[in-house]
Amino acid sequence: MTDVAQIWSYLSQGPLLWLTATLAAYGIGDACFRAVNRAPVANPVLIAVVLLGGLLWLTGTPYATYFEGAQFVHFLLGPATVCLALPLADNLPRLRRALLPVAAALLVGSVTAMTSALAIAWAFGADAALLASLAPKSATAPVAIGIAEGMGGQPTLTAVLVILTGITGAVIATPLLNLLRLKDWRARGFAVGVASHGIGTARALQVHPVAGAFAGLGMALNAVLTALLAPFVLGFFVN
Amino acid sequence: MLNALTLILCTQLVGEVAARSLGLPVPGPILGMVALTIGFATVPKLREAVRPVAQGILGHLSLLFVPAGVGVIGNLQALQGMGLALTLAILVSTVLAIAVGAVTFALVARLTGARDD
Repeated sequence: MTDVAQIWSYLSQGPLLWLTATLAAYGIGDACFRAVNRAPVANPVLIAVVLLGGLLWLTGTPYATYFEGAQFVHFLLGPATVCLALPLADNLPRLRRALLPVAAALLVGSVTAMTSALAIAWAFGADAALLASLAPKSATAPVAIGIAEGMGGQPTLTAVLVILTGITGAVIATPLLNLLRLKDWRARGFAVGVASHGIGTARALQVHPVAGAFAGLGMALNAVLTALLAPFVLGFFVN
Repeated sequence: MLNALTLILCTQLVGEVAARSLGLPVPGPILGMVALTIGFATVPKLREAVRPVAQGILGHLSLLFVPAGVGVIGNLQALQGMGLALTLAILVSTVLAIAVGAVTFALVARLTGARDD
């Protein structure tokens, strides 16, 4: 009889185990999400992340080993971003009619996200490197990391803050916007894309196709605007 | 399906090359997204050919963030004892940014008559 430990050591070498675990954990998360009538608190990403984090901890598996399997899923983020062209193209006439609201909401949303986050961290006595890591957290991860590094921040910390911002936005957007009684799918989607990038966009796509298209647009525009504004806004908090 | 996937990857590749060679502050996939949107708008047949694959990938967009999310759990020590301040900063700023952004959009849409019909 083959030892369980031997099978484990064989499986833990290849990508199969953790790729399967990633899909299964997301499947469980999605099932929970449906079971509670799509309540935003039961965010499938959040559930999957907690399950997998616990599993890695229990089995003493390093993240690098996990990522060998998970990288195939992670890789698809790039092609998926390109695919956002589909909802954008489908809603192009709608986007053209909304240029002014888009420009105004982009500027206001982006500046609000940066200044309010920096002001709170600054009040708690965060140092310059921490503030630089925090400033671009609403932009999509590769952009945010590049901006933070350029301003003296730490890439790992920025990556953590970007993901936390995305999950926060995905969880709070629906109850918050319902509370504000906003029914315009363009406004709802766009604000979520600006504030919480791809994870917010994924959530918006689940809710409504128009919200998804405007969220994708918000994410893309805020990537550019954050790159331009972050050093300027950060300048108010560090000298 | 294969052709659609090849087109998507080629668009991303062109985006990556353009972003790097021109030193743009925008990631390749986002440039690819812009390029493909223009492509779709000018050649409607292209859009319909890619639609099933694109919808398939976008239908599970949330799943794609799971590996990066798991990385967060292992790197929580990067918060360096500033966990409370940073959690509060993210929570409050995200609530404010979504609320203020959406309200601004709706207000300006009403003022300029940019209705959604």
